Amino acid sequence: MTGLCVSDVSLHYGPRPILHGLTLPDLKPGEVTVLAGPNAAGKSTLLRAIAQLAPYRGNIALDGEDLARMPIRRRARLIGVMPQTLPSGSSLVVLESVIAALRAGSDALGLQADEKAMAVLERLGIGDLAMEPLDQLSGGQRQMVSLAQAIVRDPRVLLLDEPTSALDLARQVRLLGELRALAAEGRIVVAVLHDLAMAAQWADRIVLMHRGALHSSGQPATVLTPDLLAQVYGVRARVERCSQGRITVMIDGEV
Amino acid sequence: MVDRQPAIGGILLDRYHRQNRRRAVLVAVMAALAALGIVLDLVTGPAGLPLSETLRALSGAEVSRATEVIVWQVRLPVAAMALLVGAALALSGAEMQTVLENPLAEPFTLGVSASAALGAAVAIVLGLTLPFLPVQWSISANAFLFALGALTLLQLLGRLRGGGPEVLILFGIALNFSAAAFLSVLQFVASADALQQLVFWTMGSLSAANWQGVVALALVLAACVPFSLRAAWQLTALRMGEDQARSFGVDVDALRRWTLLRVSLLAATAVSMVGVIGFVGLAGPHIARMLVGEDHRFFLPASVLTGALVMSLASTLSKMVVPGVLLPVGLVTSLIGLPVFFWLIMRGRTRR
Repeated sequence: MTGLCVSDVSLHYGPRPILHGLTLPDLKPGEVTVLAGPNAAGKSTLLRAIAQLAPYRGNIALDGEDLARMPIRRRARLIGVMPQTLPSGSSLVVLESVIAALRAGSDALGLQADEKAMAVLERLGIGDLAMEPLDQLSGGQRQMVSLAQAIVRDPRVLLLDEPTSALDLARQVRLLGELRALAAEGRIVVAVLHDLAMAAQWADRIVLMHRGALHSSGQPATVLTPDLLAQVYGVRARVERCSQGRITVMIDGEV
Repeated sequence: MVDRQPAIGGILLDRYHRQNRRRAVLVAVMAALAALGIVLDLVTGPAGLPLSETLRALSGAEVSRATEVIVWQVRLPVAAMALLVGAALALSGAEMQTVLENPLAEPFTLGVSASAALGAAVAIVLGLTLPFLPVQWSISANAFLFALGALTLLQLLGRLRGGGPEVLILFGIALNFSAAAFLSVLQFVASADALQQLVFWTMGSLSAANWQGVVALALVLAACVPFSLRAAWQLTALRMGEDQARSFGVDVDALRRWTLLRVSLLAATAVSMVGVIGFVGLAGPHIARMLVGEDHRFFLPASVLTGALVMSLASTLSKMVVPGVLLPVGLVTSLIGLPVFFWLIMRGRTRR
């Protein structure tokens, strides 16, 4: 059994149920999966549950191994997380923070860790920020640093919560291209995205969530239909087919 | 995206390594300054010993009996105690600030000092002490137990209530006020003699320093520091936030638990020896952070040394401000600490 398997996951915040009995189709290496759905559908919560940052009932396993029972250091080598909100206020420089992301949970050697961290920054095109303090970066720059912290351990699974929310157009394209490249290297990439047009363009699979449960999943062209968008989001939408099986989504207004 | 020159990574990596070397040098300089501070502390005092005489006594050369006693039994324990107390309080402040994710956390603000004072008051005013202990240790022992008890209670309450560092800080503040309230009650019922002794204790004084105390604190410090340094990367990672640190592979709950245990031992021991000393635990880490940044491999040793140096200087100052009078050292640190505190607020630096 290879891949990420989420089955019958339930989660409450206090008495309020967020996810009930959610089961996803198995997520395979090499695929970019986009979690979509209206606000409060439970997308971020599901991501946190997979990352073992929120307690849940049910089973989440990677290659057949229960993630909840895995030692934290081993899990950190397998899963990289890019959170939605980025803590500010640290005077650590970018490079230091990425080295810390590598060395805090492993016995990586000093010089190797330094070089590895620098290589990741360069891969993401933010090498020039290496010696900038975190608290002096723009939101978009911090978001890129956050991605660097998530991928520096070479994780098999990459979980991203609205990774493009603070990025300009060029950086959005760069980041999404990078996600495709990371997936092509055999990783399982799962991202929460609000922009359905973007999701349609970059995802192999869209998982549409609604009220804490799975609504539908599949290739963008099968999931993103006008009927379905009206049902889940309450919007009037047009979906047009482009070349190579791609689609674009245009929203005209509320139902 | 613009293609960048491949060399820039190498250049910046070099800059990073240079910066680390500079920080290591800074830490070494601070160690030298702390050593200088202890010498300065040793050669000042109401006895008016000349420098050469003090140094001769230290080196073990032939000096008068009086000089030998002053240097070895009075000044050296006081100077060593100042150094160790400063180091212990600053280290506990530094680690508390990181694990509680709050720049104002330190033994003083979390009620450790107030609880220790309450313990001392119970011994001084009510005469309630541990049996089978020599009488000169009874006050320290009580203060230690109360301080450690306060931090244990804090952790238990935090565990029961669940939730993160904010809850611990709120409980700490509540504990601070509770201890202060009980202390007031004891002050109210205290005899004039006991009250005077208590007030003196709450001002923090090095004058009662002795070799047993110095050795005890040195042992606790020596036992804690290696573990602190071993956790340096994990603590650095925690600066990126709890969830991030978790995803980096840091068991945040365990880190917090063990760090608070170390910090409790350090703070309780230090405070029980010398009474209430404010602001070293707060100012030491802040100065260290400004000097070497937040990479805890440098930040923790720098905090230790800054605290040691500040306490050494405070001890020296306490002997010099009013000639012939030994001011309680807690007064001096508070007077140095307050402006630092105000400056921190004025700088408007907010974390998170």
